[in-house]
Amino acid sequence: MARAVTTRRKAINTAIAWAVGLLIFFPILWIFLMSFKSEGDAIKAPLDMLSAPWTLESYGVVQERSDYFKHFSNSVLLSFGSTLLGLIIAVPAAWAMAFVPSKRTKDVLMWMLSTKMLPAVGVLYPIYLLFISLGILDSQLGLIVVLMLINLPIIIWMLYTYFKEIPGEILEAARMDGASLRDEVLYVLTPMAIPGMASTVLLNVILAWNEAFWTLKLTAANAAPLTAFIASYSSPEGLFYAKLSAASVMAIAPILIMGWFSQKQLVRGLTFGAVK
Amino acid sequence: MKFKLSALLGACAVVSLATAGAVQAETITIATVNNGDMIRMQGYTSQFTQETGIDVEWVTLEENVLRERVTTDISTKGGQFDIMTIGMYETPIWGKNGWLVPLNDLSADYDAADILPAMSGGLSYDGTLYAAPFYGESSMIMYRTDLMQKAGLTMPDSPTWDFIRQAAAAMTDRANDINGICLRGKAGWGEGGAFITAMSNSFGARWFDMDWKAQFDTPQWHDTLTFFKGMMDESGPAGYATNGFNENLSLFQQGKCGMWIDATVAASFVTNPKDSMVADSVGFALAPHKDGVAKNANWLWAWALAIPAGTQKVDAAKQFIEWATSKNYIELVAANEGWANVPPGARTSLYENPNYISVPFAKMTLDSILSADPNHPTVDPVPYVGVQFAAIPEFAGIATEVSQEFSAAYAGQQTVDEALAKAQALTTDAMEAAGY
Repeated sequence: MARAVTTRRKAINTAIAWAVGLLIFFPILWIFLMSFKSEGDAIKAPLDMLSAPWTLESYGVVQERSDYFKHFSNSVLLSFGSTLLGLIIAVPAAWAMAFVPSKRTKDVLMWMLSTKMLPAVGVLYPIYLLFISLGILDSQLGLIVVLMLINLPIIIWMLYTYFKEIPGEILEAARMDGASLRDEVLYVLTPMAIPGMASTVLLNVILAWNEAFWTLKLTAANAAPLTAFIASYSSPEGLFYAKLSAASVMAIAPILIMGWFSQKQLVRGLTFGAVK
Repeated sequence: MKFKLSALLGACAVVSLATAGAVQAETITIATVNNGDMIRMQGYTSQFTQETGIDVEWVTLEENVLRERVTTDISTKGGQFDIMTIGMYETPIWGKNGWLVPLNDLSADYDAADILPAMSGGLSYDGTLYAAPFYGESSMIMYRTDLMQKAGLTMPDSPTWDFIRQAAAAMTDRANDINGICLRGKAGWGEGGAFITAMSNSFGARWFDMDWKAQFDTPQWHDTLTFFKGMMDESGPAGYATNGFNENLSLFQQGKCGMWIDATVAASFVTNPKDSMVADSVGFALAPHKDGVAKNANWLWAWALAIPAGTQKVDAAKQFIEWATSKNYIELVAANEGWANVPPGARTSLYENPNYISVPFAKMTLDSILSADPNHPTVDPVPYVGVQFAAIPEFAGIATEVSQEFSAAYAGQQTVDEALAKAQALTTDAMEAAGY
């Protein structure tokens, strides 16, 4: 009897999980379907739209009008570059807070997190003026630094959480065996924290890839990533739904595929340390 | 070894000279909006490059994103763009601030006197032209001739609001999903805010009196909002409070609107059989006015090309502006894509061209543009310029908040009186804070 209840409960849970999953995925699915319709058909009622002929017309127009690969390579450079730079800064910071905590460690962590609560627009003008004086407006370097800074609190927090799971005695043993600080971090700590670091990298690449405030505000023709590519197909005066959908699919496809392939790693890393 | 070094230095010199030659090919960066006419222009840019040797890089953004982006850049002298696409709202404000390069020295071939006076007037400050209109628009009624006939009514050239309400009720057929009238109710100063402001002009209302005092506590504003909501509740589509240009265009093209009052540029969309199911049964009329009031509810707008004062490439930018807003460009588009697709509303000569006048919506577009007067937009005098806006920096923020209150009233979340009281209070506060 108990087994039957468990089975039924599992089935209900599975059904709920699928329903929630489909609900979340539905907008992406709809964008995908609309991207294969003509502009005239894309605005029709759902059933009429689905029964309309399929076409690659919008993809052709988008490919012809925009330089997709320039935007794509900028997105890759910005998301991976900012994440890598963030890791270089965050690993020692998280190590220090996890293994050599002070009285203020928790306060420092909370302060870092609190910087995420500031509305980005509040610092737009100071950062814009700083970029002008440094001559890095519309440059990949400038955006890598900004994206790194806005994601740094998350990287540090995640790494701190993973490092806290690693027994300090292992590092002590390495030290007793003569390992320097650099050796300790590089050859002992880092390999043990690989799952956590991998999920940190993945999450931050996704966050940087999708970042649309700074990437739109600080770029023009040179460093614009795929967020600007999508924005160029949105219009309040004119129907560009099919082209906008095609551009969106082209922009999210790489990160979606990456997410699919690495979802086990991502979930493992995100739930690491959740249950003790 | 000495020979090798000389050869290396020689090679470097050749490469440097070649690079210098390549650098001399100037590139200008243009920020623009995503709409049909602008995208078409991008397609012809290679011809400009062939003629002048100047390369063009485009930064295309959604209208509101573009507005924020270029405002940030020009106010900080960021120098990201050599040409900006701006509208009638920004031009006089930025011209006054000295942020734009004056365009009063365009070549004789360009024929600046050919620009429609309403457009050059709205794109000037203190008599100096600061932006060249790429295309201009007003608003007008687009209606289904078959449904109007079925209702036993005839659309006058310049109808009253009472007639429009009566016709909307007669055309409404809920069983067949036909709404008598579709209008913008969406919050945003350039969306529903633009429509209701133009409509209020035709009811004798105004945003400010001559002392910059808000006027939402007047009977004219009460009549405007009450009439709009009443008519839309009777004959408008469900959820009209969130409908903007695109939503109504979609409804009209699918045959779900009897009438639609909106931008004149929409005429080419609704009469295009490729996208519109009702392309062969669309008529046009001037935007309505209230019985006894001499102002029609049509606005005036232009997307224009301007040069930010910080750019180092003024000459190349001017060359591009002369090319893109010239009579020759119009001829180029007409030759390749037909007269219905040329950028409308900018030049007088276009409306003297017999080829263009035969386009069904050409005359009504011109009549609508000519009937809008940005310098005298209201029945009673006002201290501002602009038909559907007041050309002061504070307007965009205030009007966005006001239109949010109005949209909440359309959606039934508050009464018309409550929305007007809030609009009066927030406008008064904002204007006082701004020092008016």
